[in-house]
Amino acid sequence: MSHQSTDKAAATLGPQVVELPTRRTKDLALSESRRILPALEISMFIVAVLVPLLLQDYVTVFATRVLILCLFALSFDLVWGYAGILSLGQSLFFGMAGYGVALLSRDFNISSIFVVFPVGALIGFVASLLLAGFLLLGRHPSSIVFVSLGTMTGAYAADRLAGGSSYLGGQNGIPSIQLMTIGPYELNEGSTFYYLALGILVFVYLLSRFLLRSQFGLALAGLRENEYRIGFFGYKAQHLKAVIFAISGAIAGMAGSLYAFHEGFVGTNVLGVVMSTQVVLYVLFGGSGTLVGAIIGTIVIEALSFWLSNSFQDVWPIILGVLLLLVIMFRPAGLVSLLLSERERVGTFGRPGKRGKNDTA
Amino acid sequence: MTLLEVTGIDKTFGKLTALNNAAFTVHKNEFHGLIGPNGSGKSTLMKCVAGAENPTKGRVSFSGVDITRFSPAERARAGMSLKFQITNVLPALTLYDNVLLALQAKLSLVSLVFSRSRSTLHDRVMNMLEQFRLADRAYQPAAVLSHGQQQWLEIAMALAGEPKLLLLDEPTGGMSYEERRVTGELLRPIKDSCSLIIVEHDLDFIRDICDRLTVLDQGSVICSGTVQEIQASSKVKEVYLRRA
Repeated sequence: MSHQSTDKAAATLGPQVVELPTRRTKDLALSESRRILPALEISMFIVAVLVPLLLQDYVTVFATRVLILCLFALSFDLVWGYAGILSLGQSLFFGMAGYGVALLSRDFNISSIFVVFPVGALIGFVASLLLAGFLLLGRHPSSIVFVSLGTMTGAYAADRLAGGSSYLGGQNGIPSIQLMTIGPYELNEGSTFYYLALGILVFVYLLSRFLLRSQFGLALAGLRENEYRIGFFGYKAQHLKAVIFAISGAIAGMAGSLYAFHEGFVGTNVLGVVMSTQVVLYVLFGGSGTLVGAIIGTIVIEALSFWLSNSFQDVWPIILGVLLLLVIMFRPAGLVSLLLSERERVGTFGRPGKRGKNDTA
Repeated sequence: MTLLEVTGIDKTFGKLTALNNAAFTVHKNEFHGLIGPNGSGKSTLMKCVAGAENPTKGRVSFSGVDITRFSPAERARAGMSLKFQITNVLPALTLYDNVLLALQAKLSLVSLVFSRSRSTLHDRVMNMLEQFRLADRAYQPAAVLSHGQQQWLEIAMALAGEPKLLLLDEPTGGMSYEERRVTGELLRPIKDSCSLIIVEHDLDFIRDICDRLTVLDQGSVICSGTVQEIQASSKVKEVYLRRA
């Protein structure tokens, strides 16, 4: 802004326009009409529906596990990508729910989906709410390091405790969980379980999308961008955080309970730091802050591991590691940023009218 | 009628005393300027009022309520609003969403989740943007705005919640002469509904817009009064000359 333009500005009395010709600005200013996201979502859904029909059974079983992990990735994306809470202990909620439903099956002979699924969600919800009470709800906002180390310690401690508890099966975990049942039907691995997992994933995805596009989603965007600032508007930032943390815990719990029944056993690994780190990688790789990014990241990483471990048994972890590093170095916004502009990833919350409703991921 | 009463504020950072028994009052619908040389403590005093810092000693009372220990969010809910010195608009969001974010801050969680007020707040969002001459860019991301426009957007956001008291920390920082003039014009109409505290280096701007001034030097209030009284004060001249 220079003094030379004062005459012109005085004539119009309007704001002086100085376009900053950075790449970011251009990207942000991209016309709203270029919407790729809905098409991307729909095509992914169609492919997902076709998977069991086109591929062999063992791939369907693998794909079911990927869908469950996608659900888990969504839960992490909600807290990190949308609310800026770095939870490095997301597996705590996933694993606790997994162990919880495994115990229901082992000790109480309960395997009906109508019980175990809500119970899994509830375990995740309650556990995350309790943890939020410790980590997020202080008089002063807690630092990102405090929260991430706190959650990570939680996951590590849970892993060790479960490994040392004979009631929980120690290092062996809880094997041979019954099959999940819907009324009289048993859910075997395979296409039925696949479609169940897909249905739940789509449901949770749509629910999250509704939540994130609401005015609550706008508040979360403010929280992520500048927690300190929005306090001065009157937002109770800690409450917002606790709410989204608990919702995400519930989703992780749902994923954990499905995972336990799908795999047929739970071990301490579902609680531990490795599982927590894995979900961070899924989301960073795919693109945090977009729901579709979390899904893409999970699918790509899992699919790569699947094929690479077949073809290049010895070197695949190295190849995968290098790929992850490259994406995080050169595409910090994740793979999804190759497809979607920043404008579309952030989306709008108020009007560009009714048609604008469709543009937050 | 007294809106804000600040009494006996001390603020120390370790051994450094930033404020020493500072006191001033702001009346309803008054524009009040805090001035003083660099390091005189005016920004710290503003922060103590806004809740960004807690005073070591003293009392801040707002509309008759002691708010000294209130969090920033509680102060905002009581009717106080702060525009930061450094612009803090959210660059990736549209102007519209920035204002909506400020407007909806005091709503309940449930009404946020179900977006109950999204359509009813539309007119108020557009009014704010029009008032600050930003309406034509409502749906562009805030990152495309010039520095001056970002300041206006900040003020619009700070005013969105219809505060009783608006705190402006250096509103014209980094602005051109013309932008300053327009900023003054934009602020004047809010006098009917709102009091204002301004911390500002630009004394011409302060003289144009403020009713009363409080002058600080080395953490202490050296005098308070109308603009004419302050201009006539020999004490104030001394402070500015000594530092000049």
